[in-house]
Amino acid sequence: MIRLDGVHKSFAARQVLRGVDLDVAQGSSMVIIGGSGTGKSVLLKCILGLVEPDAGRITVDGRDVHDGDHDAFLARFGMLFQGAALFDSLPVWQNVAFRLLRGRLKRPKADARAIAIDKLRRVGLSADVADAFPAELSGGMQKRVGLARAIAADPAIIFFDEPTTGLDPIMAGVINDLIREIVTEMGATAITITHDMTSVRAIADSVAMLHEGTIKWTGPIDRMDAAPDPCLQQFIHGRASGPIAALR
Amino acid sequence: MRAALPLALIGRAVLRGLGSAGRVAIFAGSALAHILRPPLYPREFAIALLNIGWLSLPVVGLTAIFTGAALALQIYSGGARFSAEAVVPQIVAIGMVRELGPVLVGLMIAARVTSSIAAEIATMKVTEQIDALVTLSTRPMSYLVAPRVLAGLLTVPLLVACGDVIGILGGYLVATKSLGFNAAAYLVNTLDFLEPLDIVSSLVKGAAFGGIAALMGCYFGMHSGRGAQGVGRATKASVEAAAVLILAANFVLTGVFFSL
Ligand SMILES: Nc1ncnc2c1ncn2[C@@H]1O[C@H](COP(=O)(O)OP(=O)(O)OP(=O)(O)O)[C@@H](O)[C@H]1O
Ligand SMILES: [Mg+2]
Repeated sequence: MIRLDGVHKSFAARQVLRGVDLDVAQGSSMVIIGGSGTGKSVLLKCILGLVEPDAGRITVDGRDVHDGDHDAFLARFGMLFQGAALFDSLPVWQNVAFRLLRGRLKRPKADARAIAIDKLRRVGLSADVADAFPAELSGGMQKRVGLARAIAADPAIIFFDEPTTGLDPIMAGVINDLIREIVTEMGATAITITHDMTSVRAIADSVAMLHEGTIKWTGPIDRMDAAPDPCLQQFIHGRASGPIAALR
Repeated sequence: MRAALPLALIGRAVLRGLGSAGRVAIFAGSALAHILRPPLYPREFAIALLNIGWLSLPVVGLTAIFTGAALALQIYSGGARFSAEAVVPQIVAIGMVRELGPVLVGLMIAARVTSSIAAEIATMKVTEQIDALVTLSTRPMSYLVAPRVLAGLLTVPLLVACGDVIGILGGYLVATKSLGFNAAAYLVNTLDFLEPLDIVSSLVKGAAFGGIAALMGCYFGMHSGRGAQGVGRATKASVEAAAVLILAANFVLTGVFFSL
């Protein structure tokens, strides 16, 4: 259970988050939508403790994210960054198996490599890319390696920042299925940021819309289409005119 | 109000300077603490040893040999003004070992290693690789900073030792090939004149400069601004800071050894 209570965050004079309240139930899949630059990525980073909120409280299973051993706390998380954030000094398989090669989850190299190749296969990448370096891959392939790294240690809580941007429609479908599978079969809690409404419908148990620094609407996916909120309706139908200004 | 403005500006600059000095000192303390505390990353350390130590040898060797050679020529022509040409071996030895070896190697390391560490870590920061490290339960201080600082502390003294020897060799070659010195006598004069303290001071300076060079690269890399411009600024600032701090530390350490 992840709970955000009045989370505020500003960068210099720019107020990005202005009181975000959000609950994500354990074992459920939450999708966050919202305009570009509204602070969706910043919100995930606040939960992970990578960005310190100016005000508000974030708890995971009732425990404040800033209390206690941060390393142990993060051991339960997996994160796919928007820009993949692969380590370019390491080959692909060592990126995927990063956690399995050091620290408390360390295991023999051959095992770690086998797991990495299996995770790569699950994101639609063959074993050939295992020894390539990230810079040799296309943007979409890097994204999928980042995804494989996020799920490598079978974390209990997984964040995906735009997992399907830059992928072809078939591959996007593969990734949507994979995220769904991780939540339903492995019981993980997932928060996904996406701009792709097909993904939203494929992945989400519930949806939250971030707008002007607060959660404008949140609810289960099957209530999204009937929701009266004009911002939400403009967003899901991709209309240029409406309450959300195109100039941001 | 108007009259107080220059004072306010000076005051603000001083406060900002003290603030950064404090942050650098805290960073340095934390880096040293992480060297001693597990987890240790042997692979990262080995790569740092290779990059900072081994791969710097060519540039250190070339810098030292030309400096030693030029030093011999200068001392010969300068010494000739009061018929003291014979002191070439002693002065080359002292000059290289006590001063020029450590300082030139330190500055070359600042140019070569500090810049590359800063650019690499700043790029990692800008592309969220540092954030990714943290989410993979790996402390950037242990994984990125500690191996590089330890490698700087250990390899730069060795580089300085090589630089000292090669610099003396440069002076020896010029003195024996074109200034008419006797080869055996030159070596005996050099070895007899150097004292253990000279060599110790050279190595201690090397360790200090190596630590400064690696720390500045890491500090400015980790505190880089956003985008390509942020990386460029971090790299420039790291080399400036490393070079100035190396020269300042050289003055302090020379004072300390001079008083011994
Ligand atoms: N480290 C930072 N320093 C300064 N400003 C930042 C920082 N990180 C984010 N911002 C600002 O916060 C705002 C929100 O950024 P964020 O990346 O969360 O947007 P987003 O909702 O994820 O957008 P997109 O859908 O385009 O990825 C942006 O205006 C951005 O410039
Ligand atoms: Mg984003």
